[in-house]
Amino acid sequence: MTTLAYLIPVALFLGALGLSGFLWALRSGQYDDLDGAAERILIDRDDGAENAPRSK
Amino acid sequence: MSCCAPGAEMALDLVSPVSVLPSSQEVKLASRSLGDDLHQTDLSVPTVHCGACMQTIETALRKLDYVEAARVNLSTRRVSIRWRGDEVPPLVAVLGRLGYPAHLFEADTDAKDKTLSELIRAVAVAGFAAGNIMLLSVSVWSGADGATRDLFHWVSALIAIPALAFAGGIFFKSAWNALRHGRMNMDVPIAVGVSLAYAMSLYETITHGDHAYFDASVSLLFFLLIGRTLDHVMRERARTAVKGLSQLAARGAMVLRGDGARDYLPVGEIEPGMQLLIAAGERIPVDGKIARGTSDVDCSLVSGESTPRSVSPEDTVQAGVLNLTGPLTIEATAAAKDSFLAEMVRLMEAAEGGRAHYRRIADRVSALYAPVVHLTAFVTFVGWMAATGDWHRAMTIAIAVLIITCPCALGLAVPIVQVVAARRLFENGIMVKDGSAMERLATIDTAVFDKTGTLTLGQPKLVNASSIDPAMLAIAADLAAHSRHPYSKAISGFAVSSSQHKFDAVAEHPGFGIEATAAGSIWRLGRRGWAGWKARTGGEGKHGYGGTVLTKNGMIVASFVFEDALRLDTRAAIDQLHNAGMCVAMLSGDTAKACAEVADVLGVDDFVPCLLPSGKVERIESLARDGHKVLMVGDGLNDTPALSAAHVSIAPATAADIGRNAADFVFLRESLLAVPLALHVSRKARSLIRQNITIAIVYNAVAMPIAILGHVTPLIAAVAMSASSLLVIGNAMRLQGFATTVASSETARQDRPARAGALARYS
Repeated sequence: MTTLAYLIPVALFLGALGLSGFLWALRSGQYDDLDGAAERILIDRDDGAENAPRSK
Repeated sequence: MSCCAPGAEMALDLVSPVSVLPSSQEVKLASRSLGDDLHQTDLSVPTVHCGACMQTIETALRKLDYVEAARVNLSTRRVSIRWRGDEVPPLVAVLGRLGYPAHLFEADTDAKDKTLSELIRAVAVAGFAAGNIMLLSVSVWSGADGATRDLFHWVSALIAIPALAFAGGIFFKSAWNALRHGRMNMDVPIAVGVSLAYAMSLYETITHGDHAYFDASVSLLFFLLIGRTLDHVMRERARTAVKGLSQLAARGAMVLRGDGARDYLPVGEIEPGMQLLIAAGERIPVDGKIARGTSDVDCSLVSGESTPRSVSPEDTVQAGVLNLTGPLTIEATAAAKDSFLAEMVRLMEAAEGGRAHYRRIADRVSALYAPVVHLTAFVTFVGWMAATGDWHRAMTIAIAVLIITCPCALGLAVPIVQVVAARRLFENGIMVKDGSAMERLATIDTAVFDKTGTLTLGQPKLVNASSIDPAMLAIAADLAAHSRHPYSKAISGFAVSSSQHKFDAVAEHPGFGIEATAAGSIWRLGRRGWAGWKARTGGEGKHGYGGTVLTKNGMIVASFVFEDALRLDTRAAIDQLHNAGMCVAMLSGDTAKACAEVADVLGVDDFVPCLLPSGKVERIESLARDGHKVLMVGDGLNDTPALSAAHVSIAPATAADIGRNAADFVFLRESLLAVPLALHVSRKARSLIRQNITIAIVYNAVAMPIAILGHVTPLIAAVAMSASSLLVIGNAMRLQGFATTVASSETARQDRPARAGALARYS
């Protein structure tokens, strides 16, 4: 019984952590462009093209 | 990475007369101010399809002056650009040069996206609650009792409260709305069942009872929310895809003031009497009268007429007409709200109603279902009260009945089939506006087609190329390359790359043709009466006065015959519809002669030419009065009222804006086989929906007696509920594989005789 007293809060806390993580991801727009994200990883970012030019 | 070598597509695809790129004034008008001198513009770029495209576009746009950020969204095929200053950077031009035609995108979908994120958040919360409560319930079922059980029940009750308030709110609101208007919908038994189960469980918990139904009430919400979210996603995806296509209606026009100043005004601010400048290639925004200039105009979207009309001062033009060859100054005779376009919208609203009283299968079932469920639960309660006199036990069993019969499978049965069917259609380039459109399409028995732009492409095709001297044809093609008149485009397709003729001066005479000088002789390509000024006698020729000819110093050296090119696979599509038991008819605003030719080629036996928009509506309404369920396929502004009058409607992607918005289905590819495919998938979907509803009802027929007799434990209820849901989803998935094989084998079957016929013709 005493174990339950902290195990249940721990379980609920972890679950709530996952839930809030999902809601945060949703709000910050990570699900807006599902196809684009997969392709974007292949692109060399040249945001800072002027300070770090890459040879292609 | 060469899946989309930019530029290749553009070289192949000569700019078609219908795709007019938005001008920078229009871009500015459509942009959104973010405050602090920052503007955001959303452009739809339908040809983006891989990472290389994204990189090309983003790098090119970011290099422009004043552009702060550019980001491509590959899922929605859109790019949003933030820029500073008053001048719009040449966004559309840059994209066009890269080979990605861009269209303006109306950024008014924020409100709808909110519904989706609310639904997804509700699913997440309900899923979290259902998972945790189920864990606690399993330990109760496996023997936890006494204080432990009470503790678990209390924790469950605490978790269930936010879930019910947040996720259940959607159902409570909808049920309350229905009840307030004296109606019943699927949400009423859900709301009643869930809240009764919660209240009863809370009472059990307080009185240290054995059973609590927190798990049942929350997992019920979870499953139902999944169904609802799928339903919403399907509709939203189709809607944004349709919206993101090119905007055909002009948003504004260049107004010429009395003092010579030029202002670009939005359409809504144009008043009668204003002078408007319409460049070649622009659409005319309001009804008007031509003040200066001559040109050819394309009326195909407005009247269904396939031949371009030449206009000169004092002629009247209607809103939506495309100006082809020369600049025009028109005097507006009506404000936008009184123009032809607005007239069509009014006719459309008046014609609506062919489908307004259609009720979705799910709604019809639930109207019957909800009272039955409530009555059964009530009778069970009364029965147990009478038999045992134990109100607590009677209440528990009545709630079990309510929960186990709650339309879990029923709530999933319809949306899941529609999502799978919509996906199947989407893969074949067909967009569905909503699920009820598919249900309606499955019931039709008559298909009515518009001619110009639907059965035909609305673009002329040269038919006598083989009988023309190749050398002359090559000269004509080189000349024609200088004009954007549809006939010129048809001729310029025959250009021979090796022989570039050198013309000294090329001038286009709007309404007449093109004139050029080469090696001392004057070449003209255009109207017979104008180009062949020396061939007075016999000038009428066998193709009539209006034929197009090529002349050298006034002598006719070649004459050209055009006909409207048929859309791809039109014959096969009509044959498939005939095979499916449809009556096929054609309603057109074009001349009887043009209609008869097309009808003859396609084997359409029933056609009515020279119809006004209201005439089309009348024909459809009279068909409906005779008990027919009519499918309307059309693209023009003049078809729009008919599209809304019909039981269900389909429009090609090249259709006018309001036509696309009025239609239930929009097909993006050129082939007309989309129509029989949509019909086939809809019919298949209908039979699957019926099977799914049958499964749900059989499940209830089995489960209900057990529940009424009081043998249902929470465990059984939960397992039965999930099992029936899975069964329904599995059944819906059958549509995916089945439709593919049937559709492809049908195409193959239709292709063979067609190909054989083609061979026979050539040999």
